[in-house]
Amino acid sequence: MARKPARGIATWTHAAFAAVCGIAYSGMALALEWNLRPAGSKLAADIHELHEYVMILCTVIFVGVFGVMFYSVYAHRKSKGHKAAQFHENTTVEILWTVIPALILVGIAWPTTRVVIAQKDTSNPDLTIKVTGYQWKWGYDYVKGEGEGISFISSLTTPREQIENRAPKGENYLLEVDNEMIVPVGKKVRMLTTAADVIHSWWVPAFGAKQDAIPGFIRDLWFKAEETGTFRSQCVELCGKEHGFMPIVVKVVTQDEYTKWVGEKMKLIAAAADDPNKQYTLDELKKRGEQVYAKNCVACHQATGKGSPPAFPPLDGSKVVNGPKEKQIETELNGVVKNGAPTAMVAFGKQLNDVELAAVITYTRNSWSNKTGEAIQPGEVKALRK
Amino acid sequence: MSAVVDTHGHGHAHDGHGHHDQHGSYGGIMRWVTTTNHKDIGTLYLWFSFTMFMVGGGMAMAIRLELFEPGIQFFNPDLFNQFTTMHGLIMVFGAIMPAFVGFANWQIPMMIGAPDMAFARLNNWSFWLLPFAASLLIISFFTPGGAPGVGWTMYAPLTVQMGVGMDLTIFAVHLLGMSSILGSINIITTILNMRAPGMTLMRMPLFVWTWLITAYLLVAAMPVLAGAVTMSLTDRHFGTSFFNAAGGGDPVLYQHIFWFFGHPEVYIIALPAFGVISQVIPAFSRKPLFGYASMVYATSAIAILSFIVWAHHMYTVGMPVQGQLFFMYATTLIAVPTGVKVFNWVATMWKGSLSFETPMLFAIGFLFLFTLGGFTGLVLSLVPIDIQLQDTYYVVAHFHYVMVAGALFAAFAGVYFWLPKWTGRMYDEKLGRIHFWLTMIFFNMIFFVQHFLGLAGMPRRVPDYPLMFETWNKISSIGAFGFGLTQLLFLYIVLKTIRHGEKAPQLPWDGADSLEWTHLPTPVPYHTFETPPVLK
Repeated sequence: MARKPARGIATWTHAAFAAVCGIAYSGMALALEWNLRPAGSKLAADIHELHEYVMILCTVIFVGVFGVMFYSVYAHRKSKGHKAAQFHENTTVEILWTVIPALILVGIAWPTTRVVIAQKDTSNPDLTIKVTGYQWKWGYDYVKGEGEGISFISSLTTPREQIENRAPKGENYLLEVDNEMIVPVGKKVRMLTTAADVIHSWWVPAFGAKQDAIPGFIRDLWFKAEETGTFRSQCVELCGKEHGFMPIVVKVVTQDEYTKWVGEKMKLIAAAADDPNKQYTLDELKKRGEQVYAKNCVACHQATGKGSPPAFPPLDGSKVVNGPKEKQIETELNGVVKNGAPTAMVAFGKQLNDVELAAVITYTRNSWSNKTGEAIQPGEVKALRK
Repeated sequence: MSAVVDTHGHGHAHDGHGHHDQHGSYGGIMRWVTTTNHKDIGTLYLWFSFTMFMVGGGMAMAIRLELFEPGIQFFNPDLFNQFTTMHGLIMVFGAIMPAFVGFANWQIPMMIGAPDMAFARLNNWSFWLLPFAASLLIISFFTPGGAPGVGWTMYAPLTVQMGVGMDLTIFAVHLLGMSSILGSINIITTILNMRAPGMTLMRMPLFVWTWLITAYLLVAAMPVLAGAVTMSLTDRHFGTSFFNAAGGGDPVLYQHIFWFFGHPEVYIIALPAFGVISQVIPAFSRKPLFGYASMVYATSAIAILSFIVWAHHMYTVGMPVQGQLFFMYATTLIAVPTGVKVFNWVATMWKGSLSFETPMLFAIGFLFLFTLGGFTGLVLSLVPIDIQLQDTYYVVAHFHYVMVAGALFAAFAGVYFWLPKWTGRMYDEKLGRIHFWLTMIFFNMIFFVQHFLGLAGMPRRVPDYPLMFETWNKISSIGAFGFGLTQLLFLYIVLKTIRHGEKAPQLPWDGADSLEWTHLPTPVPYHTFETPPVLK
């Protein structure tokens, strides 16, 4: 299957015109573009082929019709003494030039319909990413598939000095962002588009993928990148003042690189959320601990700390909670094993990070009637991890 | 386009007021304020249109100046958006539409053998609404927040973020809509009721036919636009949520309503242009229009189809595949009647006795470039290709081929064609031809290269662009400056004609055969056809 469109008549017509203009303005930098950008997906390649096909048909008809007209302009001049014929209708000809164009249209509609249906088929994606348009940046949320949970904002990094002509413009002027959207090659990616304020439109020409992002509604599109590389584009729906300054950059990487990126991103996210090396105050820990308690502990030990004895002992007044902190940390980390079998008090060390554990322990040691006044730091939890 | 020479064409006064051959009771400026004469009002429309063409053109120059090279040089992005918005609104509603209403006023009564428009006073009011609407649009620049920077399509919910300029624009659209609707009712009534005996519908000049159909389009489409902008107004100020999802509305609803008006609007602009071309080409081919009946049917077919294709402007909003296919098939269908018209015009020229005075040059330029715009329209009608090109410069190039090379070229053809009839003076043929060739060259320099920009992915409505688009933008901007200057030549030609033009012969174009040429003196008197002409 041809990935890049064949150079058809239409392209050569473009090229010829471009050459004429190029000669006329040869003093200018000639980085001329005169066709769709190279296709990076089968869908885009299909669209390019369709475009070539329609352009060839149009060029042939155009040359035919205006060939006749210019012949007439040349041959049927009054200045040459041509006498006007007086015919003004011909039913056969008129029916022919109604029916033939209609048939040509059927010939165009048939292959187009197949591409339309293919373009709309967003089923069974390998990866689903939600993109949200903001004034004036894009937010990406990996909602399903490998990388689920990754979420970041992607905004323009071109410096103001370049835009205001106070510095020379870089190669990717207006097409560079701080956080690129990363996807694996050869995987079907479904994009969900929405917006937070006004309508934006997300587009990557190389994938033949464009979809308006409409506030309050979710729309979707799909693409499957066939080669690795960086693909750049811009918002294509007027969204206010900085509409021209919210680029879209998609980086297509190999599966291995993608997995690695996801891993790093996940670690970064966890790290960004909780810094285990930081010294927290008692209030910070208690506040955070209350949230962790509400999520993980409250079902058994109850909001009152009274628990549901005998299976779920109270924490309020508990010896462990009011005793040495090391014992409680170990209990939380490793769970409680009774008679060689794990109990409902599982090893939370596998579920919660050091900050969360330190916070929830601090919370329990300073709530209800428990008043140890101790602030347990993440480092202390870390030290006791096995 | 000038004061009509006051020839005492018909001696017998029968209106009982004794001043029927004067310019009404007033002189000076009051003549124009109070006039109910279709020729005066036609003149007002045409001058108003040209003024707006200059204002909108000035904004186009500003846009091309900013886009001459990458970076922000002259206008901040906010002001840039205001220029693109007002350029669009002023050109569509202030320049092109009034130009053809001006032609309608001048020509329809003379072409059907009527003494004036059916509702002469209403006609005066239809025109005088326009300067107020235009003032609102221009004043909006000087309000806090400036003119709206939302694009001429005024998509919700961006409209909600705009300042008071948005409200002025909405009221301007209301006024423009009223003017168009009143004008259309007048035109429909005139054509249906005031034709001279023997002027059957199927004997009417094609210009009259295209205007009859256009007037129906206007009456059907303009109230829809008024509704859309009114809903935007209440969303802005009265807490409604027509286009706000948080309140149960839908921003896409605005687009459906807008384009239900917007697509017929394209033909509201194009059909009268087709009409002018259908008068000019036979005249300079010295041969009757080929396929008159099929022209009428094709025009009607285009008008009807124009109401069922609106969502082809919205392929990327995310409609179901069935919707995309329906609108795609319906849109491609328009190529059939449009093709019939182009074939008919070429067949009219075929084996004629052609001469190439300025009106004919503009008509051939129209035919050539409008067809090109039609082909890019066919390309854009196809959903997958459109999804690649939607909101890029390809679309900008496409609709300027239709609006400028289509409507504006036809308007120029019409002015050069009828100016001798209206003023009794000939324009300078040499200057006219120079005007044509410069317009033709600069037009293509601006817009042909924009196809490449769009294909390469340059979004529309951006004040700045990546470096790869620089060369084409430079060429386009140089073309724009040339195009703008060339139109000053047009102003000079028209003024020169009115002041110093040579006296026009009784029948300046030997192939012209409608009533204004065959039954009326040149220049036409202030009042014409007070007694209906006798048609064989």
